Amino acid sequence: MAEHSDADRPVSTARMVAMLYGSRIRSQATFRTSFLADLLGQVLIVGTEFLELWVILSQVQTLGGMTLPQVAVVYGLGALAFGIGDMFFGEIDGLSAQIRSGRLETLLIRPVPLLLQISSLDLSLRRLGRIAVGLAMYVTALGIAGFSPTPATLLLAVLAPLAGALLFGALFTLAGAMQFWLVDGREFANAFTYGGNYVATTPGAVFALPMRAFFTFVIPATLIAYAPTLALLDLPGPALVPTWAGWLGLPAAVLAWVIALMLWRAGVRRYTGAGG
Amino acid sequence: MATAAGVFTNTVFGFIRASIMFAAIGTAGGELGGYTMLHAATYVWLGQALLAPIEAFGTREVSQRVHQGDIAVDLLRPTSFLGLYYSQKLGRAGFLILGRGVPPLAVGALVTGLALPEDPLSYLLGALSLLLAITVAFLADMMVNLAAFWLVETRGLTVVYTATMNLLSGFLIPIVWFPDWLLAIARATPFPSMIQTPIDTLSGRVPPGEALGLLGVQLGWTALLGLAAWAMLRAGTRSLEVQGG
Repeated sequence: MAEHSDADRPVSTARMVAMLYGSRIRSQATFRTSFLADLLGQVLIVGTEFLELWVILSQVQTLGGMTLPQVAVVYGLGALAFGIGDMFFGEIDGLSAQIRSGRLETLLIRPVPLLLQISSLDLSLRRLGRIAVGLAMYVTALGIAGFSPTPATLLLAVLAPLAGALLFGALFTLAGAMQFWLVDGREFANAFTYGGNYVATTPGAVFALPMRAFFTFVIPATLIAYAPTLALLDLPGPALVPTWAGWLGLPAAVLAWVIALMLWRAGVRRYTGAGG
Repeated sequence: MATAAGVFTNTVFGFIRASIMFAAIGTAGGELGGYTMLHAATYVWLGQALLAPIEAFGTREVSQRVHQGDIAVDLLRPTSFLGLYYSQKLGRAGFLILGRGVPPLAVGALVTGLALPEDPLSYLLGALSLLLAITVAFLADMMVNLAAFWLVETRGLTVVYTATMNLLSGFLIPIVWFPDWLLAIARATPFPSMIQTPIDTLSGRVPPGEALGLLGVQLGWTALLGLAAWAMLRAGTRSLEVQGG
């Protein structure tokens, strides 16, 4: 009887999360060569993206009022945050294919939260490439750019990538939730997720005021890396993005998640299935 | 719906790219490497317009057909394999130019303005250059796909190819802004023939006389890559083994 009651006991959430993610990690590490090629590809993409900024800064002294090491801090921090967010929630916008084919039912009938299933199903370890490059660049560039640590700025330095990752996660979830209405609008969502990444990894002062306002108050991309970099290096900010805005990443992330989860729930409720 | 979404995203990216280039040119004092603000805007919007018809992010159809064995059906058809896919590509490109290329250009013309060529000949050469660019991009992409004859997984290769192409084709930033060593590398590859050349020719930034030389380079790459793709197809077909029947 003891065995029986043990099997009947519901699995704890923590154990379930560990099992789901663990199985995905094992399956991806199985094909080593393919995994390494993917990883290298990611590193190369990050490299060429940064080369764009590097080439520009080899022609002019500053971009948006920032020197090369300062831009590298913005880029590294943005890449790190996007890498983490993308690893956990990056494939969520692929939901449109599942909605159209009606395959979502399979996931809905399982006794595991839908968001957790999609997140773990599509966990892609190759994104570790971006995370590693971003982290290395962030730390190195901070050193070169003359970061003087105080307890407060050290805390911000650690908090900023995590808040940024949370923000990107919320953006991806929002993008996924939008698919319940748009169905075939995957690319529409890319403007905010990948576009957000592009903006986040760029010094925010380059944008004209209306764009800066949009990417600060509507899609808070400048709060992910640019504003924290201003606060970390004690630089003056442009209009709309003052130095103290560097601390707003976390509150913005919480707010974005509240909206994302509300929209997600509404979306799942709306889903009626397309298959038979 | 998908087209509208694509156009929207494309336009947002255009604004982001234009902002970065404007900031750089503004800091440089109004001109950088021969690009004024208006030239830069034209460069960005033409680049965004060409992205879809060139299919700069690569296609995976042929490589998937190789892996699934469907390629056997294509090879049995009484038409040339490359010709079949090339005509499909041209058809797609035609739609994509109208559906996805023209709208961002229109937005660009309204918001930032475009530098139009003075010489009417630029339009003719530009159209030719665009056709050649689509051809070169098709052949290079086909070679990446045909690598599936020998590789089990081509996603890594596609990613590497796309990243290299984005940079060296002059899509992200004009190749004349590159430092000399990187410019030399870019010029030695077919990538500038895919994006930088049609943009320069269409916008009239390169006068028709010079553009003729660039078109010659495009033609050269078309011949070279065409031969290479054909050789790959031949070798691949010989070693191909499709299971089942």
